[in-house]
Amino acid sequence: MSRPDGRLRPHGRLRAGRSRWGERLIGALLFGCGAVSILTTVGIVVVLLTQSLGFFTEVSPLEFLAGTRWSPDPAPRSFGILPLLNGTLLVAGGAALVALPAGLATAIYLSEYASRQTKRIVKPALEILAGIPTVVYGYFAVVFVTPILRAVFPGAGVFSAASAAVVVGIMILPMVSSLSGDALSAVPRSLREAAYGLGATRLEVSTRVVVPAGLPGIAASFILAISRAVAETMVVALAAGATPRMTLDVFESVQTMTAYVVQASLGDAPSGTIGYRALFAVGLVLFFITLALNLVSQRMAARFRESHT
Amino acid sequence: MSFPSGRLRGGRFEPRVEARRRAGIRFMWLCRFAVAFGVASLLVLLVSILTVGIPALSPDFLANDPSRFPERAGIRSAILSSAGMLALVAAMSFPLGVGAALYLEEYAPRNRLTRLLQTNIANLAGVPSIVYGLLGLAVLVRFLALERSLLTGAATLSLLVLPLVIIAAREAIRAVPGSLRAAAYALGATRWQAIRHHVLPAAMPRILSGTILSLSRAGGETAPLLVIGAFTFTAFDPVSATDPFTALPVQIFNWTTEPQGEFRALAAGAIVVLLGALLLMNAAAVLIRNRYER
Amino acid sequence: MPSDAVLETIGLGVRYGETRVIEDISLRIPERRVVAFIGPSGCGKSTLLRCFNRLNDLVPEARLTGQVLFRGRDLYGPAVDPADVRRSIGMVFQRPNPFPKSIFENIAFGLRINGFKDDIRDRVEVSLRAASLWDEVSHRLDADALGLSNGQQQRLCIARALAVEPEVLLMDEPASALDPIATGRIEDLIGSLRGDYTIVIVTNNMRQAARISDDTAFLYMGELVEYKETQRLFTNPEDRRTEDYITGRMG
Repeated sequence: MSRPDGRLRPHGRLRAGRSRWGERLIGALLFGCGAVSILTTVGIVVVLLTQSLGFFTEVSPLEFLAGTRWSPDPAPRSFGILPLLNGTLLVAGGAALVALPAGLATAIYLSEYASRQTKRIVKPALEILAGIPTVVYGYFAVVFVTPILRAVFPGAGVFSAASAAVVVGIMILPMVSSLSGDALSAVPRSLREAAYGLGATRLEVSTRVVVPAGLPGIAASFILAISRAVAETMVVALAAGATPRMTLDVFESVQTMTAYVVQASLGDAPSGTIGYRALFAVGLVLFFITLALNLVSQRMAARFRESHT
Repeated sequence: MSFPSGRLRGGRFEPRVEARRRAGIRFMWLCRFAVAFGVASLLVLLVSILTVGIPALSPDFLANDPSRFPERAGIRSAILSSAGMLALVAAMSFPLGVGAALYLEEYAPRNRLTRLLQTNIANLAGVPSIVYGLLGLAVLVRFLALERSLLTGAATLSLLVLPLVIIAAREAIRAVPGSLRAAAYALGATRWQAIRHHVLPAAMPRILSGTILSLSRAGGETAPLLVIGAFTFTAFDPVSATDPFTALPVQIFNWTTEPQGEFRALAAGAIVVLLGALLLMNAAAVLIRNRYER
Repeated sequence: MPSDAVLETIGLGVRYGETRVIEDISLRIPERRVVAFIGPSGCGKSTLLRCFNRLNDLVPEARLTGQVLFRGRDLYGPAVDPADVRRSIGMVFQRPNPFPKSIFENIAFGLRINGFKDDIRDRVEVSLRAASLWDEVSHRLDADALGLSNGQQQRLCIARALAVEPEVLLMDEPASALDPIATGRIEDLIGSLRGDYTIVIVTNNMRQAARISDDTAFLYMGELVEYKETQRLFTNPEDRRTEDYITGRMG
């Protein structure tokens, strides 16, 4: 890289050679830093797979994936993941029901309707909401939302999927509104003008032109938010309960995959036991579900960016 | 060119302007309701925590260790643990993150390995935090036999926030104008000299602010710490990296699971402290970025 | 100039925040004429055009003073719905801006929102014919409009505007993004619409104004300098600034 000027002294060349060697060392060191992230991925995959393989020598994959009873501790043991999956889907689905419409409507309001002053208040408020630790949301669910739910719906339990779903919904709302908002503001102004010019009202411009044009970006934000809801742990561990079961009743106590992992780790399962390995089998399923959702979301977002540049 | 003007006139339109205007107003109020829902959620959350939590704060609360008796319980060990752990997280994730960012922005050739590295980092940022907990449990706690220590917790959280630090540092480095590098090279600097004396100093405020934001994320993490076995009840100060550990969020989790209202008030008090600390960190990040950038 | 004005401005001024864009403009646009607005860029001609269909309403910091009358009715009156105005006063923009939908849906959009009760297919065909695009796209109405050439896209935008039966057509430099051949086709098209519509066209191209318009208004720094029949304006400008501009000494 060094550019010797005309008056270079003899030992200057030596120095140049030495520093090039040093450069290479530095490059290698920096690559090493990057490699840590690859090692992390490899570590995650290897750990989840090896421990799960141990698990699957004792429990058949079919039983694991199709079994409807999750009962790792009291005999007779049973490792059917469907009840945990049921709990996860119930909470994530409920959260999506809260966050997707509200998040999209917020994004539409901020991009098509709101005055500058409104944006100045609402956007930071949503950013604060996004920065609050999940355990705080868990506290909020237990101490505030659950009692209200139980007052309104007498059938609701002390732990319920509904309480967790509402709070997880509030938690992922800022993500939906900010990423959908990005998608809406990427829609060129000229399209809005074209629609207004034909006599469309603000509602028609928003819902028939801007939202359809931003749809891939909006869908990407939706999927990412659902992935976050599936991965969410503290709210469900505190508010949704620890009862793995097959149910669609949101007022019952359920257990999600993440909540099971927390509950089992609190018990400190000794390594090598089936209970310990079950943690990783559940973790593996969780990992693949969120990875798949994230990849789909990334693909959609990339396609959206391409179509708008 | 013929123009069939007759047929472009006299079509039957029923624009129903008034009905559409009313539908528009209804829709606007629907959207406003959604906005209000988000903002009100924040307010209710904060108020419900502050009204219970602030009265729980006292010098004793900060100075005491957890206890079975709510009136004597405090968050001393949790605060010290969290602080120690964040210091270790900073010491690990900052050099690694900046190094990886420098590699990707300044050194990496455009090849498949680099692309793999980039997608890998993006995907790591989306891995559930609890999976990092499982990684820490199997590799650090069990395989490397580091046990349930401050170091294990810090290393796990470092891996968790590393992608965030790398992404923030890359953006900071990318924002350094190319002319600065060109000027350094033109003076005969090697690539590393240009980076060390010009690129890094110029990017540092943003790197620092991004790192602090990532640390504040780590400071609020609970799930991975529970998985690797954070102690939900520690009554002594952590002095070395191999000591058993807890953390402020873990303490909040523990108290929230207690059915008695007294413990829940303690949880609210601890949340006030946690949110206050995170707010300070975020404010520091913003200040650093604004102060050193014109 | 005939006196039965379709559009009329009285002391019209527009400000964006602190910046005055146009000031004290009073002019009348007679029915079924083609009127060109010319002037150096930044003179406010596009802003003036956008007052006629209240498109400036979309710019939050825009402030309007004075009056705009459409057939004698105050366009900015309290009882006027801008959506209603914009159906009667269509607009074609500087860059072709078809919706990212099919060719058919681009035209059907305006028909649907405005509650068109007759056969939409039929109306799409008539509109495309009127914009002399039908022969090129009749076999692929369901194709993505963004797959058309620039010139075809702009004619599609004109067809889209014509479909909802506007009385007035506002055109904001409709050919500035097009190559000479496509520009020629747009000019031919405007010629074929002459006499059926009142057309107000903003252009940067003086020869274009001379070719296609009946009347021309010259704007300079937000002010209406001169407005008369096109031929008289170009052959016999009264104001020094007009003369400088049309002879190429300015702008």
